[in-house]
Amino acid sequence: MAPTPVLFISFEILQKNFAGLIELIGFGESFKWLATLLAGISISFLIINVMVMATAFYTWFERRMIARFQVRRGPNRNGPFGMLQPFADVLKLIMKEDTIPDEADKPVFTLAPIALLAPTLMIMIVIPFGTFLHEDAFLSNLNIGILFIVGVTSVNSIAIFMAGWASRNKYAILGSMRGAAMLISYEIPMALGITSVLILSGSLAMTEIVSSQSVWFILVMPMGFFVFMAASTAEMSRTPFDQIEAESELGSGYNTEYSGIKFAVLFLAEFMAPLVTAAVVTTLFLGGSQGFDFLPGGVWFALKMFIIIFVLLWFRSTWPRLRIDQIMGFAWKTLFGLGLFNIFLVALEFSLADQFGGLASDSVSLTPEYMLIIGAINWIITIAIILIMANVVGRKKYTRPEPTPSPLANMGIKES
Amino acid sequence: MYGLGLFKGLGVTMKNFVSPSRQFNIVQYPNRRASPFDLAKVDNQNPVSFIATHPLKTLRSLLGLETITDRMPQHANFRGEEFAWYDSRCTGCASCAKYCPLGIIKIVTGTSGVNQQEGQSYDIDVFDIDIGRCMFCGLCVEACPYDALHMGSGFEEGKYRRSDLVINIDQLKSAEKKPSTWFRPQLTNRGHDPIKGSTADWEEVGRHEKPSLEDQSKRWAKR
Repeated sequence: MAPTPVLFISFEILQKNFAGLIELIGFGESFKWLATLLAGISISFLIINVMVMATAFYTWFERRMIARFQVRRGPNRNGPFGMLQPFADVLKLIMKEDTIPDEADKPVFTLAPIALLAPTLMIMIVIPFGTFLHEDAFLSNLNIGILFIVGVTSVNSIAIFMAGWASRNKYAILGSMRGAAMLISYEIPMALGITSVLILSGSLAMTEIVSSQSVWFILVMPMGFFVFMAASTAEMSRTPFDQIEAESELGSGYNTEYSGIKFAVLFLAEFMAPLVTAAVVTTLFLGGSQGFDFLPGGVWFALKMFIIIFVLLWFRSTWPRLRIDQIMGFAWKTLFGLGLFNIFLVALEFSLADQFGGLASDSVSLTPEYMLIIGAINWIITIAIILIMANVVGRKKYTRPEPTPSPLANMGIKES
Repeated sequence: MYGLGLFKGLGVTMKNFVSPSRQFNIVQYPNRRASPFDLAKVDNQNPVSFIATHPLKTLRSLLGLETITDRMPQHANFRGEEFAWYDSRCTGCASCAKYCPLGIIKIVTGTSGVNQQEGQSYDIDVFDIDIGRCMFCGLCVEACPYDALHMGSGFEEGKYRRSDLVINIDQLKSAEKKPSTWFRPQLTNRGHDPIKGSTADWEEVGRHEKPSLEDQSKRWAKR
């Protein structure tokens, strides 16, 4: 039995309360739609504001952490430890002139930041935060939650291409071309990583995926975790996969021409992505809001998110950017193969466990003992395969090419 | 082992993150890490009594934690931003304007209405230096035959508008004269150091010693 919700805000409760309020005022049954509308608006308002504030503090946190990793200071002038820096940044961006290039495709140019921000926010609908004392989704408990996420994230590539195409700038268009190629390629390993989760959990609903993790899936299939993490790091285009806005090559990539509030929204979407990705990874692989009883589930969820974000920051502050051909090669040659192999492996193990009677009482997922056995096998196979791929397949003989003289070098000088 | 470098890199950054000794190395611009002697100097005490009265501060400074806001050590030959220009030495020959590779010195002179004689100078109406485009090569200072123009010694001259970066004649006249010793060996020989705050009068900056009254009477008696 679920305990009575104390500090729980859900769509149903709000809808019920608003319906009661409307009845109290004196409207009849025909105004029931108003309650639904009001509940939806208030929940969206809450989600958007909470996410924007969280992102604001996340930018501060990211800058401070990366500064520490790289022996710098980071923002430390505004407020305690520079915590007011994001607000100063946003204020500056809002006060700046909002320019649109003359040659730009103005409607598309204006629409692109919104098209980038909206899908990122929409993912938050289906994440089961396990809000205090309650195991449920925040807004809506879709029974195809993970499919919804896969579908919604693929809008990002269109938004980035819109931004680059509409600004009529060569750097922007180069960045967004790279972005389109990269994001579409990395959709596939991401979906493969998710599929292996679905085999074990037996459901597409996020709450079901969480409740089926009697052993966390990171322990059961590390290869799937690796594939999913790499692909989602590329999906949110962070270092080492930040070809979309390679500052040292492309100016600033797809957001070169943006300024003012439009740039602020692009920036917001970009920095919200790690938070959302961490939430998805936590749900899929780290057991969501599962934890010990002395803290509520939401706190455990936040802690796990924090760990994932920290690891992402660690990678970001350490590794340099890959070349575009290396990135595409990594997607199609390495991650695609690993993802397919992982699905094959998990499906084989699942059917074998089914043969030996390892299904739990709900006859969809496995019992913890069988999961641990599968996990032990998978860890060995994963380490072996990654070592083999790195040392045998990945090793290339690199011979430095002979320098060919430029045809311009001897211009005007006749060879004897 | 192939691919191990990635994890080595992660180790390096994690070491940065965890170990406090690496974080102590960061000191930001106006601050400077201070020894106990520096702290005593700031406090206007002698070092021994300072160490006796402030043992905690001394310990912190020995560990490298204590900082003071101070200018970093800087050479007297530093070519700084505010030019030191001596009105009474300048004849308005505009050599500096001719030698400037960027052409950012603008001089307009006029006669003073008095009959021009040997040894007299033009009246200088306009003397503008556009510091926003200056590259501080010091060629104008080298070109000045009368030692009227000197490089300055400061460097914190940020302004909010480009037009504020043009120094005009009034600013040059009223500015505190702290000439750099760049291309002025006579200043170095006389022990002038602008960084320590010494200013120089127009009579002290010339390449010749100021003649004594006797010499003056001898030399210019015939006129």
